[in-house]
Amino acid sequence: MPVSEQPTPAEPQTATVPQAPTDERGRGRSRRRLRPAAPPPGARVAIVGVLVVVAAVCYLLLFIRGSFQFAFDRRLTTLGTMVVVAFAHAVATVVFQTVTSNRILTPSIMGFDSLYVMMQTAMVFVFGGSALARTDGLPKLVVQTVLMVLFAVLLYRWLFAGRFANLHLLLLVGVVLGLAFGSLSSFLQRLLSPTDYDMLSVRLFGRMSNSDGSYLPLAFTVCLVVGAVVWHRRHRLDTLLLGRDTAVGLGVDHKRELTVLLVLVAVLVAFATALAGPMTFFGFLVATLAYQLTGTHEHRFVLPMAFLLGLFTLVAGQFLMQHVFYAAGFLTVIIEFVGGIVFLVLLLRKGTL
Amino acid sequence: MIQFSDLHKAYQGDTVLGPVTGAIEKGGITSIVGPNGAGKSTLLTMMGRLLDPTGGRVTIEGRDVFTTKSREMAQQLSILRQENQFTARLRVRELVAFGRFPHSQGRLTEDDHRHVAEALEFLSLTQLADRYLDQLSGGQRQRAYVAMVLAQDTDYVLLDEPLNNLDMKHSVLMMRQLRRAADELGRTIVLIIHDINFAAAHSDRIMALRDGEIVTTGTIPEIMRPEVLTDVFDTPVSVLEVDGRPVAVYYS
Repeated sequence: MPVSEQPTPAEPQTATVPQAPTDERGRGRSRRRLRPAAPPPGARVAIVGVLVVVAAVCYLLLFIRGSFQFAFDRRLTTLGTMVVVAFAHAVATVVFQTVTSNRILTPSIMGFDSLYVMMQTAMVFVFGGSALARTDGLPKLVVQTVLMVLFAVLLYRWLFAGRFANLHLLLLVGVVLGLAFGSLSSFLQRLLSPTDYDMLSVRLFGRMSNSDGSYLPLAFTVCLVVGAVVWHRRHRLDTLLLGRDTAVGLGVDHKRELTVLLVLVAVLVAFATALAGPMTFFGFLVATLAYQLTGTHEHRFVLPMAFLLGLFTLVAGQFLMQHVFYAAGFLTVIIEFVGGIVFLVLLLRKGTL
Repeated sequence: MIQFSDLHKAYQGDTVLGPVTGAIEKGGITSIVGPNGAGKSTLLTMMGRLLDPTGGRVTIEGRDVFTTKSREMAQQLSILRQENQFTARLRVRELVAFGRFPHSQGRLTEDDHRHVAEALEFLSLTQLADRYLDQLSGGQRQRAYVAMVLAQDTDYVLLDEPLNNLDMKHSVLMMRQLRRAADELGRTIVLIIHDINFAAAHSDRIMALRDGEIVTTGTIPEIMRPEVLTDVFDTPVSVLEVDGRPVAVYYS
């Protein structure tokens, strides 16, 4: 436990990074190689950090055709969006799973994404498709975020603080809410004119590459502030892993922590979703991988690890999609797909969650 | 001293405990006994502020357990529940180190490491310190939980059935270790015990509950009498003297 300063081991595997198909193979290999020596958690985080830097440099600088400045600026904006998305989903999922004492549910699975879809659909239904473009801007981003935060806080507080603290019931509630929002959305979508529907459908998939750079300063600020608050609580988060009773016994004000942390989770996910669209399984995938690869329960390692893994997945994935498969738009679809497979492989190999 | 007055707990109008008024004296071991459903765990978890009462209050050394800052309370009072479900996979040493949280807020000092080592040593867990909890037997795990609570270094230690899952040998060992904690470390230990004979052999006082009421509180000779035990457990109990100790017999 008392690990503070680790030398960054220059593992040979760091060199092969960007080419590694998304990441399940590289991950699997490093796991097996790491087992005999088992580097301390700090070193593991550092290794993934190096991978991220390599992937980011490759993404920014390789295969530029035409104007360097133009391509570089666009890619930098996309990279910024990916940082925000990776941070928000990774941190939100880890914190959510810790405060709710489970490693299955994520905010996205608990109806967040379908709420976002429903809000977009309702907006087009009421005001017409052009309203989406007309109202784009900071106020809408903020209003959407606030609405989703309100929804989430009310729901989560009610679900997790009450007498219903039963994982299966929660899963059911999440699925039912998702279905309810989803079917309401598809009902509304059926009533839309084809033009309106077309304008809407662009908003309903996660997108990294065509997000607006002007939101980034605000997004970074939100991430930094939330990140600072969460980091300040990293040791308290560790105690929450012991469950409510033990945490209270250790002097943690459980109700207060639960509320504060769920609000932060809601802010992160709502903001990331409003910024880049829904990504249901991304946080889940990243958090699960982080638990497996960090080698400790401590949040001071798990949180950075989850963020870096998420960023690596996005950057390396975007790089590959853009330059190897020429299908940049499908990144989020692929991540959800590959993520599911990686998750199953790890799950089957380990046999536990 | 732990004092509680008019302490009352009801679920949907059904009273499971109280209103009860009473006190647990400082020092030594107090055992709470009683049949199933008597409200033992309810009383203990409310004293440990894990469960909000429907009415009444609990004070420790004059401080209200529900309104005092949780962190301050955690330096005076520790509680171990019967079931412990952890989300993370922990090593014994990591678990015990959590006991230092009220003092260090997660940043362990030299002093904290010393307390952790002492708690491990005290419960003979030093050899097992680097094992994961899921690699331990039920009894070893139980000892690890108790070590965490002792590492918390509080004057008052509340334990909900610490002998659960323990065989004869380990039950005796656990009780001896708790006895030492009370005698050598000066802790006030309150525990729930199912076996009245264990309670009689190792504790200083017994508090007997039945149907959500405190039937009686007293020293071992006061409680270990056939008429008292028969009344508490609603079962014919006779008390024999074995090696100079009272032993309750209730198997026939």
